[in-house]
Amino acid sequence: MNKVSFASSARCIKRLSLGAALSAGLVVTAMTPAEAAKTALNLGMSVEPTGLDPTIAAPVAIGQLTWQNVFEGLVTIDQTGKVQPQLAKSWEISGDGLTYMFKLRTGVKFHDGEAFDAAAAKFALDRARGTDSVNPQKRFFASIASIDTPDAETLVLHLTAPTGSLIYWLAWPASVMVAPKTADNDKVMPIGTGPFKFASWTKGDRVELVRNGDYWNKDASAKLDKVTFRFIADPQAQAAALKSGDLDAFPEFAAPELMSSFDGDARLITKVGNTELKVVAGMNNARKPFDDKRVRQALMMAIDRQTVIDGAWSGLGTPIGSHYTPNDPGYKDMTGVLPYDVEKAKALLTEAGYPNGFTFTIKSPQMAYAPRSAQVMQAMFAEIGVTMNIEPTEFPAKWVQDVMKDRNFDMTIVAHAEPLDIDIYARDPYYFNYRNPAFDALMKKVQETADPATQNAVYGEAQKILAEDVPALYLFVMPKLGVWDRKLKGLWENEPIPSNVLSGVYWEE
Amino acid sequence: MIALLLRRFTGLILTLVIVSLLIFTVMDLLPGDPASIMLGTSASPETLAALRHELGLDQPLVLRYGQWLAGLLSGNLGNSLTYGVPVAGLIVERLAVTLPLALMAMVLSMAIALPLGVLAASRRGRVFDTIATLFSQISIAVPAFWVALLLIILFSTMLGLMPAGGFPGWGAGLLPALQALVMPAVALAMPQAGVLTRVARSAVLETMHEDFARTAVAKGLSSSAVLWRHIVPNALIPVLTMIGLQFTFLVAGAVLVENVFNLPGLGRLALQALSQRDVIVMQDVVLFFAGLVIVVNFVVDLSYVAIDPRIRKAV
Repeated sequence: MNKVSFASSARCIKRLSLGAALSAGLVVTAMTPAEAAKTALNLGMSVEPTGLDPTIAAPVAIGQLTWQNVFEGLVTIDQTGKVQPQLAKSWEISGDGLTYMFKLRTGVKFHDGEAFDAAAAKFALDRARGTDSVNPQKRFFASIASIDTPDAETLVLHLTAPTGSLIYWLAWPASVMVAPKTADNDKVMPIGTGPFKFASWTKGDRVELVRNGDYWNKDASAKLDKVTFRFIADPQAQAAALKSGDLDAFPEFAAPELMSSFDGDARLITKVGNTELKVVAGMNNARKPFDDKRVRQALMMAIDRQTVIDGAWSGLGTPIGSHYTPNDPGYKDMTGVLPYDVEKAKALLTEAGYPNGFTFTIKSPQMAYAPRSAQVMQAMFAEIGVTMNIEPTEFPAKWVQDVMKDRNFDMTIVAHAEPLDIDIYARDPYYFNYRNPAFDALMKKVQETADPATQNAVYGEAQKILAEDVPALYLFVMPKLGVWDRKLKGLWENEPIPSNVLSGVYWEE
Repeated sequence: MIALLLRRFTGLILTLVIVSLLIFTVMDLLPGDPASIMLGTSASPETLAALRHELGLDQPLVLRYGQWLAGLLSGNLGNSLTYGVPVAGLIVERLAVTLPLALMAMVLSMAIALPLGVLAASRRGRVFDTIATLFSQISIAVPAFWVALLLIILFSTMLGLMPAGGFPGWGAGLLPALQALVMPAVALAMPQAGVLTRVARSAVLETMHEDFARTAVAKGLSSSAVLWRHIVPNALIPVLTMIGLQFTFLVAGAVLVENVFNLPGLGRLALQALSQRDVIVMQDVVLFFAGLVIVVNFVVDLSYVAIDPRIRKAV
């Protein structure tokens, strides 16, 4: 009896170990090729781009997908926010700042085989600045008077006025190089010179890019064979897709309150970086009582920025004192100019003739940060006797109509996404209705020089004016909340320009 | 019979025309201009004018409506303003997700609700009835998107059995595609099943008191024969009406569940088009929804005739 049972259990063990070995073998054979050849990436984005051509539409999502991956510019912006050569290998600016001569790279081809040369570059810039151009940043090219192409690798821009920001602007998604033959079709089938080629777009779900084998820059060739951008709007769904392994990375995760839910996950890491997104509560400077600087200052002093960040964005974010981010050249910390001080705020209000406060309405878009910030601000304004009503205003449609176009608002709150857009306070018309000749003069001065040190000094003065004048209440810079697989390397942690640059991204063995 | 069909059909076309006119004017009244949304906050007025011209938005309202109608009649639904591709293709792509999803949810909710409702009615006041009523109350009260979240947390995040969302496409094979639709279908079906259980229960209860039911009992038929042969078929009319309503609701109303599961369905297309003020897509999708409601109602009416001999005779 004993013997029998022993024998049978021995057989059983034998069978088990055989099975284990077999299944282990199967697992190994199944895993080895997949592990060794992991060259695909599934990356999540909150917003699906509408069209894929960044030169004809503004939505940030277009550039986040195609800029640097599919399309490239004459110049580019690196991880630290500095301009670097790209399709132009060098350039010279004449002493009077009116002539820009670019030397272009040779041997560069678009994805359909068409050559990139001076003629193509001239085509792309003329398309962007032409009369029927619908380029969202057409103003970038406003000072270009004419373009010459003495030979295939030389491009000469003649300007009507010195434009110190031109080189920086040429590095933007809206200035990328498109091909003469295919430009009209870039909206649905983008063809550029970048390290990745467009493969397919399943609308509402995903865009697929594949490696460009003929990429001109061997040093920056893509290491991934295939990248799938998947569009997931709901933050809960984003988190679920990451945790279940459906996604490898979400470079701009949308819900700060869910960030800690990734703590302790063996597979995923989280990275909190900087963006260019400045959350500001703009006021209608032409409307009473916001036309009084003392009122604006009082409101600014009534706000404790850190509390706003805690309430609106789970404490993730950097307080700012003007329309400028720590990423930007010549940044100065201005948060001390009008610090949180309830008593002083009350005194300023009394001085301005509002000892009992006043009532106004904020038009708040639906993006999570806006109503949350507004609610915290509402409580803080109540401390100085000011009543703020919150009016939800659908973004972009109704917001653009009411605030941008009609300028029918008291206060609003929105994250300004454009890098280095401090010049919006000099634009007329712009929704703040802010007029300050001294500030306008500074913005002119920035364009008159291409020298970074001089520009930085001017930007410093400009920040100071805004911090004291507060045409808008400066709250905080949004963090870049990245969540990705630990083995995935090379994704940008900061975001000097809205982008997902993938040429340097690879899987660690 | 044919006269009735013709009458109903003319009414159907007329309704569609009125609906199209309504949709068009409402879209025009909505604040927000697609061109300024596409160009963002930095665009100059000239650039804006150039894009408006390119998109044909600078033409008078009547002319745009005429062009849209003429396009519809020739089978051309126009191009999406923001995607830049034909809307017809977009709708077909999205229907390939939404229709199977709605059908699955439909079948599921009927499979749960009909037996539950009928049995609850036949055991009125007893334990089974209480449980069925409780089930229907809970499933009506709990929103579909919340059920969806719970399902994801349990089956995807914790157990890792199901995909957390997304749709691989029918090209990826029947099984992965169906698998992606199972949890959304369950989430969608739950509230529907609750409503349908109630309707089925009360319809059966009402029919029980009709003369023919009493006659059937008096003839000495067994109670199950009375229930299944006489009461249930006659109780089907309100149930069918509800099913018809629910189907259109499932197709048009799946927006939240599609969002939670990140399914590229018609509801999400409509939502996105609305936020981008892609008027062409909006008009076409809303007209499609309206058409669907009208057609389903038509089919429900026809099925009354098929089920109830009294209505057939009245015709």
